[in-house]
Amino acid sequence: MIWLGIETSNSPLSIAIVKDGQVLVEIVENVKLTHSVTAMPTIQELFHKAKMKPMDIDAIAVSEGPGSYTGIRIGVTIAKTLAWTLKKPLVGVSSLKVLAANGELFNGIICSLFDARRQNVYAGIYQGTDLETVMEERHTSIDDLLSQLQSLNKPVLFIGSDVENFKENIKEQLGELAIFAPSSITLPRASKLIEVAETKSLPSIEEVHHFVPQYHRLAQAEANWIQDQKKR
Amino acid sequence: MSDRIILAIETSCDETAAAIIRNGHEIVSNVVSSQIESQKRFGGVVPEIASRHHVEQITIVIEETLEKANMQPSDLTAVAVTEGPGLVGALLIGINAAKAFAFAHNLPIIPVHHIAGHIYANALVQPMQFPLLALVVSGGHTELVFMKEHGSFEVIGETRDDAAGEAYDKVARVLNMPYPGGPHIDRLAHEANEGVEFPRAWLDDTYDFSFSGLKSAVINYKHNMDQRGEEIIPEQVAKGFQDSVVEVLTTKTVRAAKEFNVKQVIAAGGVSANKGLRSSLEQAFEKEKIPFTVPPLKFCTDNAAMIGAAATYMYEAGVRGDLSMNGIPGKELKSWI
Repeated sequence: MIWLGIETSNSPLSIAIVKDGQVLVEIVENVKLTHSVTAMPTIQELFHKAKMKPMDIDAIAVSEGPGSYTGIRIGVTIAKTLAWTLKKPLVGVSSLKVLAANGELFNGIICSLFDARRQNVYAGIYQGTDLETVMEERHTSIDDLLSQLQSLNKPVLFIGSDVENFKENIKEQLGELAIFAPSSITLPRASKLIEVAETKSLPSIEEVHHFVPQYHRLAQAEANWIQDQKKR
Repeated sequence: MSDRIILAIETSCDETAAAIIRNGHEIVSNVVSSQIESQKRFGGVVPEIASRHHVEQITIVIEETLEKANMQPSDLTAVAVTEGPGLVGALLIGINAAKAFAFAHNLPIIPVHHIAGHIYANALVQPMQFPLLALVVSGGHTELVFMKEHGSFEVIGETRDDAAGEAYDKVARVLNMPYPGGPHIDRLAHEANEGVEFPRAWLDDTYDFSFSGLKSAVINYKHNMDQRGEEIIPEQVAKGFQDSVVEVLTTKTVRAAKEFNVKQVIAAGGVSANKGLRSSLEQAFEKEKIPFTVPPLKFCTDNAAMIGAAATYMYEAGVRGDLSMNGIPGKELKSWI
């Protein structure tokens, strides 16, 4: 079973090809380049290094969000197009779960998060090596997230390059219970994405057309429109 | 020479479109998925909404295009895609789909300028005669483009503020018409015998255009009437506005056609679907005895067939993109020869 993994949901880029559970090639970049420019050349380069052709893969895993709207769409568009035209199943994995998977050996609660600005975050809470969901991934205020974590009263591993933005707040709320992941595991890895994807059942090829990003937020215009409708 | 078969993709604004074009003029299949129903809610195109719809539709539209053509990827010569100008988030969906498809099937990729596409929509109707003058009028563009030959573009005039289509949409809003407003204004204008007198922006001897003053004049007129407690007659406002736009566009296009001594004049872009503008240009060039063509309505608005037509000539000229190509929202129209 050969997997291609594509992770472009935030500013880091990661692409991997994994064969029968073995990572053949993987790239993890954090140089803030445009995914639209770098993602496809990187995919081409990895196929070349793995001495493979596009048709050789059996399935595609993509990070489906949340994160940067444009970033998610670039990964999802590439993954959808490849899966559809090569007739391979496409598996989506939450970008928060991909990140949490970097801390799966931690004995406690794992919280992965991305900064969603204005003191809001996209966050997920998991525990155990099988990343059991403690809180569904969502868009929430940092304060609500921290009070929920506080109520669990267990050590929490925070993962994500945006954790830095909330460090003081986290320490204040959770004190000794807060543990911060080292920077070497704060970047999402496409090999981890594939690992999580492999635990899911493979969808049928027909489902590729209906694959959509998980933004976890309405577009502003749509949210406003819904508000207006309610007022009427 | 073997057939040149191009799969073209266009997602620069609010239409997800794909087409297959054989030898630059034969439309093998042409699919357009419009978002108008969704975008109507917001009274215009919301970029984030446009991008979200594109990612939902893109593979469905490309598959339908291949199925209607009864073709496999192996039948294709190249993949073409709109590189810009347009909404960047929207462009990126078409571009990344095109790159992934091209990579999967080892096909060359051709980056196409959206306006070159609108101009080449005419190649789907009949061969273009050079030297040629193109009037490009749409929601985002108002340009006079001189072409010495295939792939040679010289923008001799352009709008200094609003595009003609943009002015149409804004005036439609003043008249409480739904989005997109152009067709409504066109229809209303034909229902009036007399129009309200609005100014024309001639901008001296240039081929440039300006529509923001006209737009303000319409808004002021409505405002003054409201203040006096008088009702406006929408038909007369629409006619007055349309007469002003059409007269300026026609006069400048005729003058440029004579000065550049062209063999053909073409109209392109969404506003060239406007009946008032079409008939004015047709009459003017009949009088001047210069051949004038305008593509059928469905090729005036955004579509991928026109992108495929332009791409065929680019392919012949050796133009190729690569997997690192990006969306260029403000891309300039440049010659490819």
